[in-house]
Amino acid sequence: MSTLKIKNRLYRDKLMLWIVCILAALSVGPLLAILGEVLLRGYDQLSWSFFTEPTPTAYKAMKAIEAGERIPGGIANGIVGTMIMLGMAIVIAVPAGILCGTFLAEHSNSRFAQIVSYLTDLLQGTPSVIIGIITYIWVVVPMKGYSAFAGSVALCIMMLPLIIRSTEETLKIIPASLKEAGLALGGNKARVMLKVQLPAAFGGIFTGILLAISRVIGETAPLMFTALGCSHIRFSVDKPISAVPLLIWEFFNDPNLQELIWGASLFLLLFVLTLNLIAKYLAKKWNQ
Amino acid sequence: MESVTPILEFKKTCVSYTKQTMAVKYVSATIEKNTITAIMGPSGCGKSTLLRAVNLMHNLYPNIRVDGEILLNGENILTMQAIDVRRRVGMVFQRPAPFPTMSIYDNVLSGFTLNGIKLSKAEKDATIEHCLKSVALWDEVKDVLNKKGTFLSGGQQQRLCIARALAMKPDVLLMDEPTSALDPIATKHIEELLLELQKEVTILIVTHNMGQAKRISSKSMFMYLGELVEYSDTETLFSNPVDERTKAYLTGKMG
Repeated sequence: MSTLKIKNRLYRDKLMLWIVCILAALSVGPLLAILGEVLLRGYDQLSWSFFTEPTPTAYKAMKAIEAGERIPGGIANGIVGTMIMLGMAIVIAVPAGILCGTFLAEHSNSRFAQIVSYLTDLLQGTPSVIIGIITYIWVVVPMKGYSAFAGSVALCIMMLPLIIRSTEETLKIIPASLKEAGLALGGNKARVMLKVQLPAAFGGIFTGILLAISRVIGETAPLMFTALGCSHIRFSVDKPISAVPLLIWEFFNDPNLQELIWGASLFLLLFVLTLNLIAKYLAKKWNQ
Repeated sequence: MESVTPILEFKKTCVSYTKQTMAVKYVSATIEKNTITAIMGPSGCGKSTLLRAVNLMHNLYPNIRVDGEILLNGENILTMQAIDVRRRVGMVFQRPAPFPTMSIYDNVLSGFTLNGIKLSKAEKDATIEHCLKSVALWDEVKDVLNKKGTFLSGGQQQRLCIARALAMKPDVLLMDEPTSALDPIATKHIEELLLELQKEVTILIVTHNMGQAKRISSKSMFMYLGELVEYSDTETLFSNPVDERTKAYLTGKMG
């Protein structure tokens, strides 16, 4: 081959590399822009009281704005509501999701498992607003009222497919030799699953749970139909409750409260970011 | 020769993965108690498949059929409960597979944990010490029993797996190329260990390595395309093979 041809090929190689790099930069660009925008606008709202006090009334906020002061209050009612609903959703979705994922990994050839697997995909693709309206029909209507419980059911349904998939995928990549070694010692399937396979898969499953949490923590639509919102801090399960994403929506709709949007957004963003970083760290540690 | 006590008997044992093809064809053989029996043969000849039939590993895969009989102390394994058989027939795999989430201590006891058997602390300690001593690992790990088993070297891990299998006091120990993932020195240790262990347990070992079969086994099987071609004293098999195929394999013309 002539030197010219080789040079040409190396040149094309370099060109490709540049194109790939530029496209990669373009796709992270919006991400960085979002982070920057929210950080810039929300940064000066973050204070201790922002996390400990409930949403101010529109009147108080208006007064403060007129007086040229900082808007009092914060998003504590939303944080408490989000945590309560997330907590309940996790309690239901984690065991159910892990068991379902275990089934899919162990019986992947059965017809039933194939159907379940397909439905899981379908559930993952279901628009959250539909999950909200369904939960409204199923939970809010029979219970005769909006509640934190209804909100947690909606979040739980949204978390399930992610936990199922991560459990299934992780169990499937665990070497078959471990399972066989456990069974070869005389253990029954359930014990080998509980003592050997699931512990070995813990890292992957936990990462999946964290990702599921960060997926649903910002969900607004399903909570509009179920949790509704509440302007003060509340701990009861059977009453309407607030959530951080719901607050962002409310702030947007109220000209007096609009300044609070950015603090709340920043909080959500940082929370999700932290969860993702932990998930990443765990996945890395587990892979070693 | 001493009196022969059969512990394991294959009677026209067949294993098939699909309806058309048999991986193991009508194997009949008697394994003597407290011996090491080597199963040799080229890749794909069915030696591992035969071995895995003994502890009913094939039950895990619904497509695999095992026919004929395999007798353990006169009882047909194929009609017994898998968990019962596996408690009496231990297995060591090709790649060392200590349970990664368990400490060395828990790995040795994992057979009991997995069978739901509770032991007192004293029983546990005694078992650990005895098993680890019998695989010559005690001196190396006695101070790090709480470390994960996966911290050990490959050879140590494999000895840990043997200790784990021995803890259940099996009648028969199946070994599926236990040294093929190990370096020569670790292999040598394991071989010496097996020679020592045959006093306690009957060993059936699949090996790719003819030298290994010659060094440690008293009886040898040669399998080819699923058939048991030849089965005799290791010395006889190596020095005076009857079948042409065995000769071809031993001289390196095949496999």
